[in-house]
Amino acid sequence: MSQARNSTARSLAAHAVLILYTAIALFPVFVVVVNSFKNRRAIFADPLAVPTADTFDLIGYRTVLAQGDFFLYFQNSLIVTVASLFFVLLFGAMAAFALSEYRFRGNTLTGLYLALGIMIPIRLGTVAILQMMVASGLVNTLTALVLVYTAQGLPLAVFILSEFMRGVSDDLKNAGRIDGLSEYTIFFRLVLPLVRPAMATVAVFTMIPIWNDLWFPLILAPSEATKTITLGSQVFIGQFVTNWNAVLAALSLAILPVLVLYLIFSRQLIRGITAGAVK
Amino acid sequence: MGALTLSQVTKSFGATQVIRGVDLNVENGEFCVFVGPSGCGKSTLLRMIAGLEDVTSGDVTIHGARVNDLAPARREIAMVFQSYALYPHLTVRDNMGLALKQAGTPRVQIEQATEKAAEMLDLSHLLERRPAELSGGQRQRVAIGRAIVRRPKLFLFDEPLSNLDAALRVQTRIEIARLHRELGATMIYVTHDQVEAMTLADKIVVLRGGVVEQVGRPMDLYNDPDNTFVAGFIGSPQMNFLKAGKLGLRSDTLGIRPEHLEPGSGQISGRVSHVEKLGGETLVYVATEDHGLLTVRQFGEQDYAVDEEVGLSFDPNRAFHFDAEGKRLR
Repeated sequence: MSQARNSTARSLAAHAVLILYTAIALFPVFVVVVNSFKNRRAIFADPLAVPTADTFDLIGYRTVLAQGDFFLYFQNSLIVTVASLFFVLLFGAMAAFALSEYRFRGNTLTGLYLALGIMIPIRLGTVAILQMMVASGLVNTLTALVLVYTAQGLPLAVFILSEFMRGVSDDLKNAGRIDGLSEYTIFFRLVLPLVRPAMATVAVFTMIPIWNDLWFPLILAPSEATKTITLGSQVFIGQFVTNWNAVLAALSLAILPVLVLYLIFSRQLIRGITAGAVK
Repeated sequence: MGALTLSQVTKSFGATQVIRGVDLNVENGEFCVFVGPSGCGKSTLLRMIAGLEDVTSGDVTIHGARVNDLAPARREIAMVFQSYALYPHLTVRDNMGLALKQAGTPRVQIEQATEKAAEMLDLSHLLERRPAELSGGQRQRVAIGRAIVRRPKLFLFDEPLSNLDAALRVQTRIEIARLHRELGATMIYVTHDQVEAMTLADKIVVLRGGVVEQVGRPMDLYNDPDNTFVAGFIGSPQMNFLKAGKLGLRSDTLGIRPEHLEPGSGQISGRVSHVEKLGGETLVYVATEDHGLLTVRQFGEQDYAVDEEVGLSFDPNRAFHFDAEGKRLR
């Protein structure tokens, strides 16, 4: 048994598979980043080549930054993502706490209803959502996006967090009640810190689709002042001419903020994902 | 007026009734133990006294005041949980002081109360640590300390020793008994372990299926059980139940404690099926045709061979008679 576990061949094979997978997963990112540093001719001549002294060119980045509003797009994306994330985590955790902690009529039904959103794509409701936003005068505001993304992220958040919150010791919450802590204090000070890994998991799974989304910014907030980074990059993609340097540079830049957010959450995330598996 | 009075208390979860009309009176300074098999409702009853579960009907009174609708924090109680339930983000000092801080007690007083409780429980050197840095026994002492600091009218213990290993359990049991003497406080203690019940209690409440089977002092329950359930539950090894008809007696069941069965020649004959030598005592299991497996407890080391034929006799004055429903015939 111990021999089987320590076998170098096995460990090599496992690493080979993992490295292969990593390579496949990172390949598109690699191509995007590498080509963003090359001139147009070089991109088409040899898309897989690393930039050399000959082909190195920052024209893409110059175009993107010269476009002027690019920092605004960045800012819009960040505001929308962070605000949505905040509301998803706050309301998701609160709903999950209520579902897992309190006995009331229709508890299971409410939980199922909230989880239903996982299976039904929110884009099916686009027309109705647009009508609602027009009626409430929220078109071309970041608020519209934050509201939609919060709705989009909540089902998964409630589902995952309520499972985790069921695992928090009842005795601990009861001890808090006997010591005179309010339900809010119990929620924020006792329960939330204990489900932090789950919160990080939810945060990452919520954040990435929001950051990458093109659909709702295009429909609900296409104005210059409210464009997000994904929508902003589209200006370089034309029907007849596409400025590939600029597109690739914009996409490379767009990776950075999510990468930073991911690094913040990742330590917790790994604990969250493996929580059920390892223990 | 006692420290705690329960009158006709019931509890239902949906259609299932788990507590079916419990009446109880606990005097000031008494150590009262709820004991029973798992699922008998003892923990639910404790949680109802604490206010963590609603009372479906009936009244809970603490020191004369009806507390049915009072939040747990305002009942002036303290509870110690099986899983310790210490706040993981607070130090031992803050864990112990939190309830007082919530109640708005001045800082100096909190400090004094915490130090004093820590001293009683030998925790003074651990005050700045967090729960994760403590051993199981230390955690449970902190949990007990947290209860002491509040100076509650009522201490509630929910199987506090179940998570500790055997040696620590005995030690902590003695500690709790000492605290009870020193504080003179009223304590309600839930356990499924009848040894804990016997050694700690002034008053034992035996529960089964949400009903109180018998209430009394430990030795009263041991020497004078009301029914076969209490007779079988209190005392280890369990009481032997013999079919009285086969012995030519009029009652239905005859209960004899293992120490009151005498091997030698007697009216019950059987065959030794197993012997357990514990040094101080020897337990002999005798398979009989009429009464099934009987346990005989002998003082000191005794030699028996498995499959050896033995006769058993008993002193009729030491036997308990029960009717067909298990009720004691006196």
